[in-house]
Amino acid sequence: MRRTSWFNVTSLTLGFAFLYLPMVLLVIYSFNSSKLVTVWAGFSTKWYGELVQNDAFLDAAMVTLKVAVASSTLATILGTMAAYVLVRGGRFLGRTLFSGMIYAPLVMPEVITGLSLLLLFIGIGLDRGVLTIVLAHTTFSMCYVSVVVSSRLVSFDRSLEEAALDLGCSPFDAFRLVTLPIIAPAVISGWLLAFTLSLDDLVIASFTTGPSSTTLPIKIWSAVRLGVSPEINALSTLMIGIVTVGVISASLISKRNAVKAQQDMQAAERGAT
Amino acid sequence: MRRFFLIAVPYAWLLALFLIPFFIVFKISLSDLALSIPPYTPTMKDGFGQMIKAFDFENFVFLTTDDLYWKAYLSSLKIALISTVLALLVGYPMAYGMARAPEEWRPTLMMLVILPFWTSFLIRVYAWVGILSNEGFLNQFLLWTGLISAPLTIMNTTTAVYIGIVYTYLPFMILPIYAALDRLDESLIEAAEDLGCSRIKAFWLVTIPLSRNGIIAGCFLVFIPALGEFVIPSLLGGSGTLMIGKVLFEEFFNNRDWPVASAVAVILLLILIVPIILFQRNQQRQAEAET
Repeated sequence: MRRTSWFNVTSLTLGFAFLYLPMVLLVIYSFNSSKLVTVWAGFSTKWYGELVQNDAFLDAAMVTLKVAVASSTLATILGTMAAYVLVRGGRFLGRTLFSGMIYAPLVMPEVITGLSLLLLFIGIGLDRGVLTIVLAHTTFSMCYVSVVVSSRLVSFDRSLEEAALDLGCSPFDAFRLVTLPIIAPAVISGWLLAFTLSLDDLVIASFTTGPSSTTLPIKIWSAVRLGVSPEINALSTLMIGIVTVGVISASLISKRNAVKAQQDMQAAERGAT
Repeated sequence: MRRFFLIAVPYAWLLALFLIPFFIVFKISLSDLALSIPPYTPTMKDGFGQMIKAFDFENFVFLTTDDLYWKAYLSSLKIALISTVLALLVGYPMAYGMARAPEEWRPTLMMLVILPFWTSFLIRVYAWVGILSNEGFLNQFLLWTGLISAPLTIMNTTTAVYIGIVYTYLPFMILPIYAALDRLDESLIEAAEDLGCSRIKAFWLVTIPLSRNGIIAGCFLVFIPALGEFVIPSLLGGSGTLMIGKVLFEEFFNNRDWPVASAVAVILLLILIVPIILFQRNQQRQAEAET
């Protein structure tokens, strides 16, 4: 039994207060009826009403969603391929360069990634817009996907794949029927990670976007530079709410699956004896 | 054939959209500013030989003569370093508390640390604007308690940037340290105490050295992105702070000087290479220690 000292309780309480208080204040004050955001003047949902009627925000949200779905799907495919190559590919020419290119974008400052991609797109004469943002987001998020997926592939029992091959599966069928179902949780969390990274990105999108396609972070950025606004508070609250519900339900589902898997194992053991 | 395809597709993608763009940045950093589209010269159109001949290092020379740039590099290094230390001071006790918490609490605590990860970075930084401004919540609270008689100026200072960086990167510090502490064999601490160490001495002599890899990983994960940070100094630091990410962004978008912006990027990359290599080494050592 571990000791729970006062010191630990205090540091956890203060630490989590620091992490959560700013967001709690933001959520509470999004229901403030006053235009002055730091003075409480009574409960109201009027800023949500104004937000829903603001076409500029809705358009930006649509662009952001399109970009996020497209880039995270592409990133998941490319990132899973890259992870497979890194873990199972064996030796090939330029392997060091390849793994370097997978890890480097994770620590690259966004301003440099954004600048370099913009200069590339201008160099090859590609019109900037949704397509260029998708290409940019796919590039950095495929690296995150490949890190998540390869950590799962490393801990994977290779003999299962070999058994499928021995029993007459083609390599592709062995991947589809054995490997993919086992690494599926990692592939899904990779997709979710890529999706949120894309939703969240301001700097790279600012560099690679064109005049016709404004994403939500760019829109929020131009609004918050002018100071705190109740409409942005309402929008933030909606976004925090969606993420919180998503993360909590994802963790509940994975917990339930773990419990179910354990029960299945126990049932199988009982059946065997 | 299939194997070739599997390797070639992601490889080609990264070459085209990650590696080649860096060479373009490097190339443009050697060019001159011009009033044309694109706004630099020479370009490929002038022929390859002409292009190489016209290259020079005057943008880099310019960076050393104008003290805005080296001040910005130095102040970024200072801000990133101090924020990393602050994040360690806040993050270590939290990771320690989590590792010592009852078993059934730990998944929930873990989720509470990860949840901010998934929330928009921009919104989390923005939340501080309402707290730190002159008529913000912090000043209202302090005035109400009577601790201060006039509002403190925190917004648009370096202090606000420290708070912003520590706040947004705290999970990056906590998670690796927690992972190290969670693996730590409790009986080693008990052994130290049995052999006459005080609890505090056992902490310094056993717990800290055994969580070293986690501490190093956490520090790099805060330091590296903080160095090139753009959003936090722009939103919370205002004109009061100088950071190189912000200088690069403004050089590009406001002054439209692409060659100088590219030169700024090349130098930032050179500064980052050392911590990135040290970080990779630490990760490799850790991976080897686990197997």
